[in-house]
Parts: sequence; structure tokens; C-alpha cells
Amino acid sequence: MSVDLAQVKKIATLARIAVSDRQAEALVPELNNILHWVEQLNEVDTEGVAPLEAVVPNRTRLREDAVTDGGIRDAVLANAPAAEHGFFAVPKVIE
Amino acid sequence: MAGAELTDLTVAGIRDGFRRGDFSAREVAEAFVAAVDGADALNAFLVKTPDHALAAADAADRARSEGAPPPLSGVPIGIKDLFATQGVPTTAGSRILEGFVPPYESSVTARLFAAGAGMLGKLNMDQFAMGSSNETSAYGDVLSPWRRGDGGNAPLTPGGSSGGSAAAVAARLAPGVTGTDTGGSIRQPAAFVGITGLKPTYGRCSRWGIVAFASSLDQAGPMAQDVRDCAILLEAMSGFDPKDSTSLDAPVPAWEASMSGDLRSKRVGIPAEYRMDGMPAEIERLWEQGKAWLRDAGAEIVDVSLPHTKYALPTYYIIAPAEASSNLARYDGVRYGLRVTPGQGGLADMYAETRAAGFGDEVKRRIMIGTYVLSAGFYDAYFRKAQQVRALIARDFEQAWEKCDVLLTPTAPSAAFALGEKSADPIAMYLNDVFTVPSSLAGLPAISVPAGLDGQGLPLGLQVIGRALDEQGVIDAGLAIEERAGFAAKPEKWW
Amino acid sequence: MANYIIEGDTGPWELVIGLEVHAQVTSNAKLFSGAATSFGAEPNAQVSLVDAAMPGMLPVVNGECVKQAVRTGLALGAEIHRWSRFDRKNYFYADLPQGYQISQLYHPIVGEGALEVQADEKNPDSAVRSIGIERIHLEQDAGKLIHDQHPTMSYVDLNRSGVALMEIVSKPDMRSPEEAGAYVKKLRSILRYVGSCDGNMEEGSMRADVNVSVRKANAPFGTRCEIKNVNSVRFIQAAIEYEARRQIEVLEGGGAIVQETRLFDPDRGETRSLRSKEDAHDYRYFPDPDLLPIELSDEFLSECRDSLPELPDAKRARYAGLGVSAYNAAVLTAEVETARYFDAALDALARPELANDAANWVVAELFGALNRIGANVEASPVAPAQAASLLRLVADGTLSKTLAKQVAEVMFETGGDPEKIVEERGLRQTSDTGAIEAVIAQVLAANETKVAEYRGGKDKLFGFFVGQTMKAMAGKGNPAVVNELLKKALG
Ligand SMILES: [Mg+2]
Ligand SMILES: [Zn+2]
Repeated sequence: MSVDLAQVKKIATLARIAVSDRQAEALVPELNNILHWVEQLNEVDTEGVAPLEAVVPNRTRLREDAVTDGGIRDAVLANAPAAEHGFFAVPKVIE
Repeated sequence: MAGAELTDLTVAGIRDGFRRGDFSAREVAEAFVAAVDGADALNAFLVKTPDHALAAADAADRARSEGAPPPLSGVPIGIKDLFATQGVPTTAGSRILEGFVPPYESSVTARLFAAGAGMLGKLNMDQFAMGSSNETSAYGDVLSPWRRGDGGNAPLTPGGSSGGSAAAVAARLAPGVTGTDTGGSIRQPAAFVGITGLKPTYGRCSRWGIVAFASSLDQAGPMAQDVRDCAILLEAMSGFDPKDSTSLDAPVPAWEASMSGDLRSKRVGIPAEYRMDGMPAEIERLWEQGKAWLRDAGAEIVDVSLPHTKYALPTYYIIAPAEASSNLARYDGVRYGLRVTPGQGGLADMYAETRAAGFGDEVKRRIMIGTYVLSAGFYDAYFRKAQQVRALIARDFEQAWEKCDVLLTPTAPSAAFALGEKSADPIAMYLNDVFTVPSSLAGLPAISVPAGLDGQGLPLGLQVIGRALDEQGVIDAGLAIEERAGFAAKPEKWW
Repeated sequence: MANYIIEGDTGPWELVIGLEVHAQVTSNAKLFSGAATSFGAEPNAQVSLVDAAMPGMLPVVNGECVKQAVRTGLALGAEIHRWSRFDRKNYFYADLPQGYQISQLYHPIVGEGALEVQADEKNPDSAVRSIGIERIHLEQDAGKLIHDQHPTMSYVDLNRSGVALMEIVSKPDMRSPEEAGAYVKKLRSILRYVGSCDGNMEEGSMRADVNVSVRKANAPFGTRCEIKNVNSVRFIQAAIEYEARRQIEVLEGGGAIVQETRLFDPDRGETRSLRSKEDAHDYRYFPDPDLLPIELSDEFLSECRDSLPELPDAKRARYAGLGVSAYNAAVLTAEVETARYFDAALDALARPELANDAANWVVAELFGALNRIGANVEASPVAPAQAASLLRLVADGTLSKTLAKQVAEVMFETGGDPEKIVEERGLRQTSDTGAIEAVIAQVLAANETKVAEYRGGKDKLFGFFVGQTMKAMAGKGNPAVVNELLKKALG
């Protein structure tokens, strides 16, 4: 499979990365090279093979339902580019 | 003891000398702080934290006088900038985290500091650990302290992504450092600069507080001058962490105390598929030499097959970007790090501009690939397929363990290359990790040990891969190589 | 209700409705972090570093949330998946710090089940329909955006970020707004019985995404629209009604329905398209590599099963078996608090044969009184054991119905025990034949003409004598004894 300019732009939109037309054009062959290279996997017969679920055998541990965190608003907001009245602030969202 | 002699010491040497009273922790810390200050030309450190190192040293000196210094007392270390360090800027080598100061300490660094270690600073790295040459850092390339023996002064890569970590140990700016390994990022740079690097079993070291690249692959591990030091550091870094769901709830063995280069009754597998077309003769020779050393240590050498080896890299370059595309979605300019707000733009524009300005080209490339392989209509063809092949790769290893206890392979297909040499061709760069990626996909422990020099006088490494949780097997075989290789070369100081 | 139709210009249309109900799981801490979940905290006060998606933060599953989802599944007779897994749903929004929601797409924790729904719960004869449950999965809630605090900025509060939700997805089995309303009410009732969700729709603990399409009889399903986040039964019904009519209008005008997400505007009572430019959502779901699959042990499952309370349908059947009328049984089981009250009263009463008397008293007397004082059953001034005492006093003849009403009134006012009230105010009914005979003698003596008329055949006067006797006894005469003695005295 290959991507064209429109697809590259769509991927960039999905990924929320602004690209200029020139950057998008440059990305077309770059991404296609990589995609064609990874498509080697089509040679592998994976009929009936279960996708890997856990890298190393391990079990889910369920946490106790106890309040052990929170109440750290200053720490949460400390790195915010914009924070006001205890909130993070972002450019106005119109719904 | 003079400063230069102190900075030549290993972690074990510092630890033991400090306990014997040969020198104070303060002297050691000052010697390394001075070395770091004198090595700006390498660009290995993004942030220097002499105060942290000196404070830990003073605490160590006090603890010694009270008779009970914790295990890493007096040992200053460097921390890869992927580890969140409380109150100390953490950028993962990226613009998008510029100015970010974590209000928390990663579990691994917390353990190291609790064990008495002090921090010399934060080490440069490939941006978000994506790279094999340290050329994707937003804060400039790291220069390897090594130079080719051809008299030219071509700046060389220290490898990546733990490039700053590798350069720091090789240049004796720190006796030991943390690295992280997603597809080879501890082992390949260790091999490139002639030091030892150990990637433990997936789940040994907590990932809590380590900036995520690819969650199912990321593992922290130590890099140091020799195998013993790696064992010491890994003991301090490892252990169950309830804050990481993938952390292994298993006891941490006394790897250092149990260490032995006697490999009688061990079988060492040589995977046929690692003999790649066009592999340099020097690498081939080194590998043969490694077999001979291990045979000498008492091991039986057996041929094994890992049939899906050639598919490991393409598998990796689907799974890792896919996970990364999601892991890096949190860098959006809302809660921390860079924010770029275009004049009239709304929230969506803020996202797009922030991420365009904050991420480097390689990071963007991988986010785009990852976004694509997960997108509607492509998930099965790419991502699911890759997870199936990954299962086959893991199965290959399982089958090999029926015939052998550890595997011996080269660490990288070449010695360190010059900066700029491969940066134009992503796939050529990806091929660097051809020998390290398969064991990452299977979550297995692996070590790279310096084993010799190539014709240009540059270090080459050998890799030992072990069963899950058998770090001991890996350490022991690494030690057997180390004892026989007698690798003592170090770069001539030019910086 | 099965044949609810909307008559269009081209003939009758049938509605097809499916609901995705998001129910906040009752838990102290969030699904993947130890931050609190309580309602109404200061902005960002209940946020951990995990909830704020700081670099390197990792999720760890809250076992209680898993248990609540499984208990809910069991209560709906649904298949419990012993192996389930979390997936990431990737999209960017300012209220979603990670850039993805951790949810369950491929392997939800609960599979198919069903809910029996009666359109008119209070009419035992109304039709019962089984609405299929497609699945229940666990997921994180998002934070909150506040738009009206600043002219050019929106504010982000992450207190809700990471709170556990169960998404309960129905099959497209509902055919009318009433049926959808009944489904939500019944579901809410069950969740509250189970204790897995407080069902508080005003605080957002329950909200529904409503999928609506229309079709001609026996035609295949039409294209549906999803109305997001509707937060009351009334609005759900209004949204369905409006949306169905809108779709019919479009279709009858020769147009086609575009599959889209819409919003219900309660002020205008209409739905409108939420994202006109709908830039191709592509959630790129994949298994969350930070989490391992959840495998449920036998032990865990039996713990869930053993902790389930008796559910409304079973309770209703049990009440009916005790002789409680169908209407009373329906009313008493609709809300868990009422059923809890009634059960406690039955226990204290310890006389199953009086169950319907007790039911009548709760439904008529208690509810009426609570209504007057504006209290809910949990705040009733009369405790279940006190109610039982009162009923016992009636049953053993200590109180007549009339006296019981008087006593109850005092109980509602003072919260006192009925025995004490009877004692203190001398409200005890008397069956003392001597005393009653004496009063009867006086009454007859004072009304000689009427006695003569009665004896002359005017039977209707009997009631007059009863009334006079009771009045003279201040209502305390045992009516049965009074009747009997009067008959005797009047010969
Ligand atoms: Mg939905
Ligand atoms: Zn949902």
C-alpha cells in the first residue's frame, strides 16, 4: 500500500501536526519507503497465530479502591503554559 | 588520590574504596563534577546537577561515619533525560518538553537515590529515544569521545538513543549511568563506545516516571565500564513497582554476589540467521572469537535457528511507532511544555502548531507512520499482523531455549559511524538495531560487552541474550567474555 | 406500546432506538488512579499526576470498578467475559489529557444480556418486552471544559478525568420513546439496587447516547443518528420524538439521513448536528500496552455473585407470593430505598400474612405523609420497626383503623413509638363488653323514637347507632364488638 499527498495530509491532521505543502510532499516518499519496507511482513504466514498479548508472562493486579492521590493542584498546574483560578486555560473551544 | 584516577574507577571500585576509607564521597563527587564541567565539547549533558551529586556525597560521608552507608553510597551517576527527576528539568531530548520540571521522581531514579547514589546531571539522548545515533536530539548531537585511527577528526556517533549516557561513561564523566532500551538503545551505544550495557527482562525496572516511547518495549537498564558494575546498578534499579501494571512481582536476585564466568554445564546458542549478508569481516571474526572464549569458559556451543529474525525490524517499526503515536498524543500544549498559539487560531490550531514546532523530524515521521498503521482499514494489515509476527519471534526464542541457555551474537552490524553518515536514510539508520531488536520484541534480557577494536581502532561489542528473568545467565556469559577479551582501550582525551 | 408509530405523509413509520448509557461506577477512587471521585470538589483538586497525563505516568486498574461492572453484568443476566482487555481510543480534545481514552473495544468485560421492561410499571397488565443488552465495558470519563468564564479562553477541570464509567450498550430493540424511558428507568433501578451506580442524572452519573432511526414496517433498519449525552429520561424521550419526526420529514421530502452525531437542546426541544465538519473520526483503537489483560478467577466471580442483592423482578415476585397486590409490589420495588424500607418493616413485623396490610400502609399512609413533609423514604420520621409495631397494634385489635391513623399522625410528627403514643394519649381501643354495653344503653335510652323506628323495620338506622356509640366512646370502641352488642341490644 502507498500513501499519496492527500493521505499524508489526512494523517498529519489525525496526528495534529501542522505540515506545509512542501513538508507533506517530502513526506510522501519518506513514508512510502518505510511502508514498503515493513510490508515484508506479508511474506510471513500468520494464519491462526494469536497476536502477542503480554511481552513477558505476568498477571493483572487489581488495585484497592482507596483514595491515595489527588489534592495536589499546585503540582498538577505547576508546568501549565496558562492556568487561571485553578483551571488549565486553553484558547476558546467553540462547540 | 588524584581526580583523574578517581574518575577512572568503576562503580565497584568507588563503592569499595569509599567503604575502605581510601577517599571520601565528596572527593569522588568533586572529581566527576570537574570532569563533567570539562567535557562540554561532547554535549553529553543537558543539565548539570552538581549540587545533587555533592549533597548525596555528603550524606554518604555522614552515613559512613555512622557505620551504615547504603549500597551505592559515594557513587555519582548520570541519568538519561528520559527519566523524570523531581525539580530537575526533563525534556526527553525534545523541544516540546522544554522547561518542563517534573513534580515527581521516576521509580528507577528514586531507587538509585535511595541506595545512596547522587546525580551528576541529565544526559542527552535521541528525541523521545527515537534514534540510533543521538542525532535526533533537539539539543544537538552528542559526540563520541572516540575517534577513528585514520588521523581524521570526523566526529563519530556515540550511538543512540542513550548516546549521552554512553559518551559519559566512555569519557569517564560518570562511572555508571541509566539508559533505556526500546529496540537496542542501551546495547548499541554501549557497543559503539566500548562500555557494557544491560537491558533487563521487560518488567524488571519500573517504567513509572520514564517518558514513554513504546510501552510494550521500553526498559530501563544500566550502562557502565564493566559487567560487575551493571550487575550492581541493575540490582538497585530493579524491583516490583505497584504503580506500573507491567512491573514483574519477582524478587531481585543478588546478581553481583552470584556472578561467575564459569560456564561449565552451560550451552551457548549461535543463531544462524544473525549471519547477515554483507556483514563486515571484522564483526564475523569477533563473533568467532566470542565463541572460542565461551568454549574456553566451559560452555558448549550449539547452532540454533531463529527463523523470523529478518522480520524483527519491520515488526518493530510498526509496533513502536504505533504505540508512540498514541503515547505522544499527550504533548498538546495544554498542561506542560511548549505551547504555540497562532494568532486567530483555536484549540485545534494550537495542537497542530505546538506539535509541529515541538517535535523533531524523526519523531514526526514515527508518529505519522504509527498513526497510519492504526488507522481505519489498515489496523489488521499492519498492526495486528506485526503483533502476530511478534508472537512468532517470541516463539523462535522459546524454541531456541530448548537447545541452549543463552545466545551469542554481535551487538551491532558495524562500529560507530560518523555523524551525518546515515541521517538522510531512515531505513539505513534503522538497520543498526538488527541484532538488538528481536530480543526487545520478546522482552528478553541482553547485555553488550566490549570485545575488541575494529581496524580503525573503534570498539566492537558482543551481545548475550538470555531467557526471561535470567539476567544471571546473561551477566555470567558477559563476564566470561569480559575476562577473556581483556578490553582496556579507552578514548584519548581530546575534549 | 409495541405498535407505536408515527403517521407520515407517506404512511406509518416505525422507530428503532438503541441506547448507550454511560453510568458512573460507584467507587472511592478513579479507574486508573488513586484520586477521589466525589462530586463538587474545587477545580483540579481531585487530580493525580496520572489523571493529568504527566510524562511517564501509568494506569493501574481499580479492582472495585471491575467488580462493579461484573456485578452489573450478573444483575442483567449477561455473559461475563473472564478474559477482557483495555484498548485506547485515540482522539485529541482539551478535556482528554492523554490524547486517548482507555476503554474496551475488542474484548469488553461483559457480553450479551437482557432487561425486561414494562412500559407502564404500575399497570401489571401492560406488555413486558425484553430489551437486549449488547455489552458493558469499562472506560474512563473525560474532564470538563468551561466556556463561560473568560472571553477568549476555555478552562479545563480534570476532576472527572479518569473516573470509571460503565458503558451499557443496548441492542436496537426499542420502538417508542416510552419504551426507551422505561428501559432507562429500569436500568437505573437495577444499577441502584446493585449499588454500582448512584443513578444521579442531575450530577451526570448517568447519561445516554441515543441512537435513533426510522423505517417503514418490516423494512431494514434506516440510517441512524446518535444524540450524545442526554441526561434525563424526559429529555431522552423528547429527543427521540423530535429526531424521529425530523428524520421522517427529511425522508419524505426525498432526502437521505446522514449518519452523524447530534446534540439535544432542551431549551428548544430539538436536536442539531454537533460537528458539521465532522473531520473523519478515526479513533485508531489498539490494545493499551500499559495494561495487561484482566483475567477473572472463580473466586472473584463468586464474590461478585454472592454480593448481589435481591433484584427488583425477584422481589416483586416474592411480594406477590406474600399476597401483596401487583400494583403495590410494582410501586414498592421501583426504587431500592422503598424496597429496603418495606423489607425492613416486613422483617420487624415477622407476620407474612400481614404483608399486604403492610404494603397498603406504606403505599397509602407512608408515601402520603412523606409527600406532605417533602421527605424521602430514607429520611422517614417513622422507622420500619415502628411501622411494624403500628401494624401489629391494628392486627391485634389494640387500634382500630381510625385510631391507627391518629397514632400515625403523631408518629410522623414526633417520631415516637406507637405503643407509647397509645399509652400516653389513651388511644387504646376497648373491647370491654361491660363498658360498651353501658354506653349502648345510654345511647338507646337517649334515642327512643329511633329505636322504635329501627325495630319497626328501618334497618338503615343501624349505622346511626354505631356512630353514636363510637362518638360517645371517643372512637375507642372496638367496632366489631360494638356491632355485635348493638345487634343484641336492639334485638
Ligand atoms: Mg457512545
Ligand atoms: Zn463511552
